[in-house]
Formats: sequence, C-alpha cells, structure tokens
Amino acid sequence: MHASNLATAPVTKVNYAPKVFDLSKITLREFNQALHDITDGATETNWEVLNPKGSHAVAVGAEHAISIDVQGSVGYYCGGMNQNSTITIHGSAGPGVGENMMSGAIFVKGDASQYAGATGRGGMLVIDGNASSRCGISMKGIDIVVGGNVGHMSAFMAQSGNLVVLGDAGDAFGDSIYEARLFLRGEAKSLGADCIEKEMRPEHIEILKDLLARAGITDVKPEEFKRYGSARTLYNFNIDNADAY
Amino acid sequence: MCGIVGLFIKDKALEPQLGALLSEMLITMTDRGPDSAGIAIYGGDAKGHGKITVQSPNPDVDFKGLDTDLGAKLGTKVSAIVKSTHAVLDVPAEKLEEARAAIAELRPDVRVMGSGEAIEIYKEVGLPEDVVKRFDIAKMSGSHGIGHTRMATESAVTTLGAHPFSTGPDQCLVHNGSLSNHNNLRREMKRDGMKFETENDTEVAAAYLSSKIAHGENLGQALESSLNDLDGFFTFVVGTKDGFGVVRDPIACKPAVMAETDQYVAFGSEYRALANLPGIETARVWEPEPSTVYFWEH
Repeated sequence: MHASNLATAPVTKVNYAPKVFDLSKITLREFNQALHDITDGATETNWEVLNPKGSHAVAVGAEHAISIDVQGSVGYYCGGMNQNSTITIHGSAGPGVGENMMSGAIFVKGDASQYAGATGRGGMLVIDGNASSRCGISMKGIDIVVGGNVGHMSAFMAQSGNLVVLGDAGDAFGDSIYEARLFLRGEAKSLGADCIEKEMRPEHIEILKDLLARAGITDVKPEEFKRYGSARTLYNFNIDNADAY
Repeated sequence: MCGIVGLFIKDKALEPQLGALLSEMLITMTDRGPDSAGIAIYGGDAKGHGKITVQSPNPDVDFKGLDTDLGAKLGTKVSAIVKSTHAVLDVPAEKLEEARAAIAELRPDVRVMGSGEAIEIYKEVGLPEDVVKRFDIAKMSGSHGIGHTRMATESAVTTLGAHPFSTGPDQCLVHNGSLSNHNNLRREMKRDGMKFETENDTEVAAAYLSSKIAHGENLGQALESSLNDLDGFFTFVVGTKDGFGVVRDPIACKPAVMAETDQYVAFGSEYRALANLPGIETARVWEPEPSTVYFWEH
C-alpha cells in the first residue's frame, strides 16, 4: 500500500469489550437478529450470551468471524448453519448442535445431545464431554472431535470430514458410511453395515495430529487411535447385499 | 413431540413445593404439545385411606351428592374434594375396587382417572398453563409427580386421550412417541380380561405394565419386558406409589434429560424444563441411555 493511501484509509477501532446479550432481558429473536445484522468490517467481535436456559436456536446462522460465548446450557440447534464465527457453549447442548455448519468452530464445554454436527459441511465442532446418539450423522465435510463417548449410530451415512472420538462408541458405529474418516481411541460396541477398521498410515497420523491440535487436545497421542471407514461394498446396489441394507 | 416432566423428591423439605415446581416445568414444555395436559401427584397418603380421582363433563350434576351416595352404597363415610371437572373421593383403602364399581353404577358418565393410596390425576384438553391453574396444581404438595403435555398423533384430542394414563392402583404412565403394535397388544390383553377406555397407544403401554405387575413382576422388570414387547418410539416416565421410573426405546430419538441433586431427581423432555429448578447449576445432568431402565424408590 502507498503511503498516501495509508493516510486516507479509514481507521478501524477494534472493540475488545464483549457485547452482552442477556436472554432473561431480551428475546432470543432480538439476539439472533443482531447477529444477522452484522455487516462486513464490524468492530465488535466479542459477543456474550447470558441466561440461555436451554433455549433453542441460539446463535443460528452466524456469518461473520466473531466469537460468541454462551454462558450456560442451550437447547436444540445451537450454532446451526454457522459460518466463520467461533461459538463456545459454557454448558451442555441439546439436539443438533452445529447442524449443517459450514465453517468456523463450535466448542461445547459440557455434553451434547443427539445428532451433534449433523450434515455439517465444514468447520470444527469440539465437544469436551459425551455426545449421544447419531453424532455426525450424514456429515459432509465437518470435523468433529468428542472428548468422551459417542452414542449409537454415530457417523451414520457420513460422507466426508473427520470424526474423532477419544472415548468409546455405541452400537452401529459408522453405519452405511461413505468417505468420512473415523478415528476412535476406545472401543465401538459394534460397527455398522459396511464400516471396517482400516490401516492407520502416516498421512492419517498427520491428519489426526492436526485435528487434535486444533481442538486444543494435547494429552492424547494420534497413535492411540484406530481408523475406521467404508468397505465400499454398499456403494452400488447388489442383490447379494440385500440383507445388509 | 409431546413434553414430559417428572420430579421425584428426596428431601422432604421440598415436598410442599412439588406442585409449584412441576407446574412451572410443564408450562415450559407447552410448545412441545398444545392439545391437552395432565399431571399425576403422589402424596398425602394417610394410613388406610384410598383416593379415587374422577372426572365428569357435567361436574355440577354428577358430583352433587356423589360423596353421600357413594358412602351409602359402601356403608362407610366418603368425602369429596371437587376441583373443576375433577373430584377426589376419599374412601377406605380396602374398599377402592368396590367404590370404583359403585361409581360406575351411580354415575355412568363419570370417568375414573386413577385410584390408589397416594395418586391423584388431573388432565384436560387445553394448554398446560390453563390446566394447572384450573386444578390449582401449584398449591399441591407431594413426594413425586409426573406431567405431560400432548401433541396428539395416535388418537383423538379428548380428556381421556390426555396423559397420564393410569391402569392399575397408584400406577401411571406418560409417553412421548408412538407405538406401532398397540392394536395387536390391546387385542391380546383384552383376551386376558383387561379393559380399555380409548384407542390410544399409550393406554396400551400403561396397561401392558399393569398387566406385568399384576403377574408378579416389579416395575423394573415390567419396564425391561416392555423393551422386548413394545414396538415403536417411546420415552416413558412411570409412577408408582413409592417410585419413579424412566425408559427409552433402543432408537431413543425422543428426547430426555435428567438431573439429580441431594434434593430431587428430575426429568424433562428438554433441559429448558429443568433450568429453573433449585440447585440445577450444580446438579448432575445427563441424558438417559437407550434401552436402559432407570428407577428410583422412596
């Protein structure tokens, strides 16, 4: 940039004090609307939500690179369709946290209910506690890291992306999986149709090392995990496989 | 949808607040089901006394003189407390069955909601807030209680189609989900002599548990059996005179959250229902596992 341009460039003031939304005083719709009203170049990048008390659809449809700290537990679909923003839930999340997330990151400090990260296309979802059934169902590119266990039918029909589970998995892990990578440190109660254990090659160790680092997990080694993926026998209908569907 | 709440009190000091806490929990779940609402409260069991909760579409006519008529028929003193469309009749515990038969004869239009030594059941068409106000639930004390707000799927929106369903003494059940083999089970149980009031799937589940209990199983065993015999989606919360149980089907798509402190065990379809309970910030909060029976007893 030329010196003359620098002098005329608008001065951007970054406001570090959090913009606070107390859901015991304003409606959820007012908060979400404020989130959707953000324009490019917004200067208030630290947002905080108080008293969510299990509300549904908290911080759904965020589009900008801001951080949102939700102080408490949330209900259904928190952070759904998220793009670019970093949402931290200082509590537990109800069903469908980060559903259809596109990019950005969601951190859940407690547990997550069923279908966490369902159909997620990108970004990262990190759950410190357990995630219940159908975690990562139909995931399409999202990276999900779960510190505890996942419930039954996790990564059902998972298409792409990575699911990392530090604990155990419930029944039918990876059922009808396509091309997502599953990294499991504990044991799966059972594997779903067409899901098999696969060789952990050096490139997978590298991928996992990066995922763990981005999730802020430092006390676990990639070598402790097994990799699972698709046996690719159900891709095309074959009458001999009818029983497996 | 449908919303379920339940509260099992461990600390007696909290018992006077049961009705108020449960009412608030149920109102929070209103948008899970606006069709009808109901609540079962267990409490106040005085030795030797039995309670029958009855309902009538014409309470002014049906409840007038019901206590004296029933007393004369049973040859004992009967008292009644009327609350809107419901009345709770106090009869000697050993005469409960006799009294139920007598009510059917004396007032054919009156329906029995439930009976036992501790249970009272109130249910009507309408929103939870209106239903709990109508029966002044917030003032009730008790040891445990269950509430339900219904989004009807399997049968009509009527008082009898509202939950909780009670098919045995001091037993009740509420349900979120839908059963697919209820017609078959109903036919089988009818052959065994059980009577049904509705075409509702949940009534079949309640009757199924009552029938297992009548055949000698305890509630825990009956709930285990239900996992094998009931087909469909269900999260059940059940109450007995001293106990409170929860079970979810193996798919477990119907939501459930539980919380436990030194003072209580609480159930909610969603965390929202639990968010205002005392001490919830430090409670152990978890999601009940599929195909797993949970049961607490006093």
